[in-house]
Amino acid sequence: MTSARPVRLGVVVFPGINTDGDTHHALETFPGVSAEYLWHKDTDLKGVQGIVIPGGFSYGDYLRCGAIARFSPIMQSIAEFAADGGLVMGICNGFQILIEAGLLPGGLIRNTGLKFVCRYVNLRVETTATPFTSACAPGELLRIVVKHNEGNYTVDPATFARMKAGDQIVLRYVNAAGERAEGANPNGALDDIAGVCNETRNVFGMMPHPENSVEAELAGGGAGRKLFQSMIDNVLHTAEVAR
Amino acid sequence: MSRRATLEAAIKLGLTAEEYEHICQIQDGEPTYVELAIYSLMWSEHCGYKHSRPILGRFPSSGPRILQGPGENAGIIDVGDGWAVAMKVESHNHPSAVEPFQGAATGVGGIVRDIFTMGARPCVSLDSLRFGELDEPRQRYLLDGVVGGIAHYGNCLGIPTVGGEIYFEDSYAGNCLVNAMSAGLLRTDQIVRAIASGIGNHVVLIGSKTGRDGIGGASVLASQEFDETLEEKRPSVQVGDPFTEKKLIEACLVLLHEHLVVSMQDLGAAGLTSSSSEMASKGMVGLDLHADRVPLREADMEPWEIMISESQERMLAIATDDQLPAVREVCERWDLDCTVIGEVTDSKMLRVYWHGARVADIPARRLADESPVVRTPSVKPAYIQDEPVAVTDVAYPPPEDLGAALTQLLAAPNIASKRWAYQQYDYIVQANTVQIPGSDAAVLRLKGTKRGIAFVNDCNGRHCYLDPYRGAKAAVAEAARNLSCAGALPVAVTDCLNFGNPEKGEIYWQFEQAVEGLAQACEALETPVVSGNVSFYNESFGKAIYPTPMVGMLGVFDDVSIHIDAAFQDEGDVIVVLGPHAAWMDGSEYQKVAYGKVEGRVPDVDLSLEAKLQARLREAIAAGLVKSAHDCAEGGLAVALAECCIASGTTGGAQYADPEVPRSGRSGRWLGAQVELGSVAATGGGAGAAGRPDLVLFGEAPSRVIVSVAPELLGPLQAVLGELEHRVIGRVTGAALGCTMERKELFTTPVSELHSAYESLPQRLA
Repeated sequence: MTSARPVRLGVVVFPGINTDGDTHHALETFPGVSAEYLWHKDTDLKGVQGIVIPGGFSYGDYLRCGAIARFSPIMQSIAEFAADGGLVMGICNGFQILIEAGLLPGGLIRNTGLKFVCRYVNLRVETTATPFTSACAPGELLRIVVKHNEGNYTVDPATFARMKAGDQIVLRYVNAAGERAEGANPNGALDDIAGVCNETRNVFGMMPHPENSVEAELAGGGAGRKLFQSMIDNVLHTAEVAR
Repeated sequence: MSRRATLEAAIKLGLTAEEYEHICQIQDGEPTYVELAIYSLMWSEHCGYKHSRPILGRFPSSGPRILQGPGENAGIIDVGDGWAVAMKVESHNHPSAVEPFQGAATGVGGIVRDIFTMGARPCVSLDSLRFGELDEPRQRYLLDGVVGGIAHYGNCLGIPTVGGEIYFEDSYAGNCLVNAMSAGLLRTDQIVRAIASGIGNHVVLIGSKTGRDGIGGASVLASQEFDETLEEKRPSVQVGDPFTEKKLIEACLVLLHEHLVVSMQDLGAAGLTSSSSEMASKGMVGLDLHADRVPLREADMEPWEIMISESQERMLAIATDDQLPAVREVCERWDLDCTVIGEVTDSKMLRVYWHGARVADIPARRLADESPVVRTPSVKPAYIQDEPVAVTDVAYPPPEDLGAALTQLLAAPNIASKRWAYQQYDYIVQANTVQIPGSDAAVLRLKGTKRGIAFVNDCNGRHCYLDPYRGAKAAVAEAARNLSCAGALPVAVTDCLNFGNPEKGEIYWQFEQAVEGLAQACEALETPVVSGNVSFYNESFGKAIYPTPMVGMLGVFDDVSIHIDAAFQDEGDVIVVLGPHAAWMDGSEYQKVAYGKVEGRVPDVDLSLEAKLQARLREAIAAGLVKSAHDCAEGGLAVALAECCIASGTTGGAQYADPEVPRSGRSGRWLGAQVELGSVAATGGGAGAAGRPDLVLFGEAPSRVIVSVAPELLGPLQAVLGELEHRVIGRVTGAALGCTMERKELFTTPVSELHSAYESLPQRLA
């Protein structure tokens, strides 16, 4: 539920990230939420209660996407934050960085179309048992934009089996009717995977861009709100419990 | 001083004997080689505008909203609530023809630097592209490379590419056109001009190291025709580094907004030479530059190479001694090189030193502002026809199946959806995009206000070829009409004037005529020209492109929530055509696609009618009287109607996005239309045109807009339209587009079929 109680969320800024401003703006459209930029050269998390690593082209994606960013000083602090159960969400390049940092399983390779793709996709919420989808209904469809060149999710068969057994597949690309179908998957991702979480469910990565889908009057629509709402609710809940 | 340069060297650098004489006079003797290299760039067509300067003064360039007109890196327009938009368009035609990916990428990079140099945060890109016919493999290679280059650079910067245009005509086969437009947002009190000042201040070079890429780009590439040596010119194309540019944007906006520098200029064509001489000239000061202090990619570069290198992602700033530590700190935060390479002097001379020795000493003002002016005597080309074409049944046999003719037009590359291209662009980053590409205009909100801004690119090169004056006028009128169709008030223009070799009388005539047409239309529609660019020498083996005066236009909304698009919204709505009934064969897409001809004379835009029509349309949109509006352009009335139907399957942000699955429109499905087109007698153009239903459907004419309106609001709409010519032609209904004429059925085609044709571009590219 929306609450006016204060929540502080961090937005990590690497050089080349370009949706840091959008993510900051998106988070602050929620009452009570203040967003704090976290600079990649710092190690101080400024007391934030949850972290979003936004999308873009950290270090130009000149090496494998996210492969340089993971060595930034801030990443060590984020790894520790995650190990303590803190909520960390990676969007697009942020997802790639979390994978490179070993905080999420799998890999993100070049789209099968070999081109950057910016289009609307329909996402099906495959599990609501994560702190990032708890505000969604099971099987709910979210219409959100993808925009990436390397969003083709892949993972080795053994890990994939464990992820399925552990309910770690969070979002899948589907058609408008909510079914997996030809053409619904924009990048060739294994099993139409759009978003996954770690085993402990507190680290989540997705290729589509919910931060561009928080205001219904814009082209991106408002379907991304529920993901951030879930995260905010769970941060509040954790804070309640701690108190 | 270093070695002297001869006339022979001057000619090799692209200067003429007279220009060399003039240089010797200014320099009081033979120039040094460094001086000569500098002159050759600054006095090239690309930098010096020597053929265009005398004509460009014709443009209206001021108005109550205009905060900065031509002469700076970008024009600036007041858009309300303390916000302003900086905008400019620039060509990168020649580099893109040689190396499409990097040519287009660095075109985006260059225009974006022009925007943030003014203190504005770049907020949109648009790209107006032209290629030869798609059935040639080389043209598909160029298209793929150019679109890929724009995507590579623009997406990385996080600037939404929200619009543009793509056309295919044989005349562009040897010289593709890549016109990159960018605009940025700034507060009206944040404007920074590129003027050097403060004797003793530091000259600071920020950003990438300097290499040998792009040596002579402005002179060798952009100021000459192409011939068989095209491939050899590849080293003159720069290589882009969008990651560094992204860091430059962030660092430079901090430097400018926190007043840590006196002024700033980007290094574009002619590199250090043009940026330094322009800053010195505007500030009426001198600059001493130490070329040996410039960080290099290749250690053995010579001073003349350093001075004219067009290595990308570099900025020149003027900073006081007190400011310097803060400048260094900001650059360090963003991992950018920051090097003091010289100082401001009172000499009014641009002096270049090389390890202490002076290798160039040129009066800055004469270099920047006194390039020779050339006015070629203009000659009306023999191909120009003074009358519309006679539409005889022999020359233009009427089609048997009008429905098939419609789907053929929808599949024509110039009309078909360009989704293949814009799907490669991030059009939504920065969270301001209200209307995505594929519509009449791109619309964005101004965050934190109710206001909005809108952008379009427009030019019909074929019309400009047949009549450059009328074609140019029509380009301005259409750009404004597209903005008005979204509900935005057109307020300013940036133009990119693409022509052949201006040393030829016929080309110069096209140029003069087009400028006159643009100027008249900009005056009538109250859209001053605030910035722009001229690209000449778009010729290969002596064959010129169609004259292409591309118009980029800005529109504003006081309340962006009123915006509408082309999509039909609800079953039963009434369809009304605003504007005259007549339509022409001359210069139409139909003439080209169905008959393989480009001939005749295009109709003239009635500018007072155009202004009135657009004002009434905007009034109706603001009052909420119309649900959709769409300009009738290529393909005429029938194609425009088809586009309104195709767009109906989806709405708002989802528009055109997921065409396989029509959904999320209010109706949840594609909406068709049934229209009665009335009499054929009124068709315009030459002899024989009357009596041709195909011309009513596919003929083209300016000043026409299709709107849809709820039945109960038709009366109020007609009250707003007043005496403005308009016709009720039918209703939104069913799932097919059906057209009758005097009650006789012409065709009925399911929207799904129209859609398949409209989305067929990827198959042609496969």
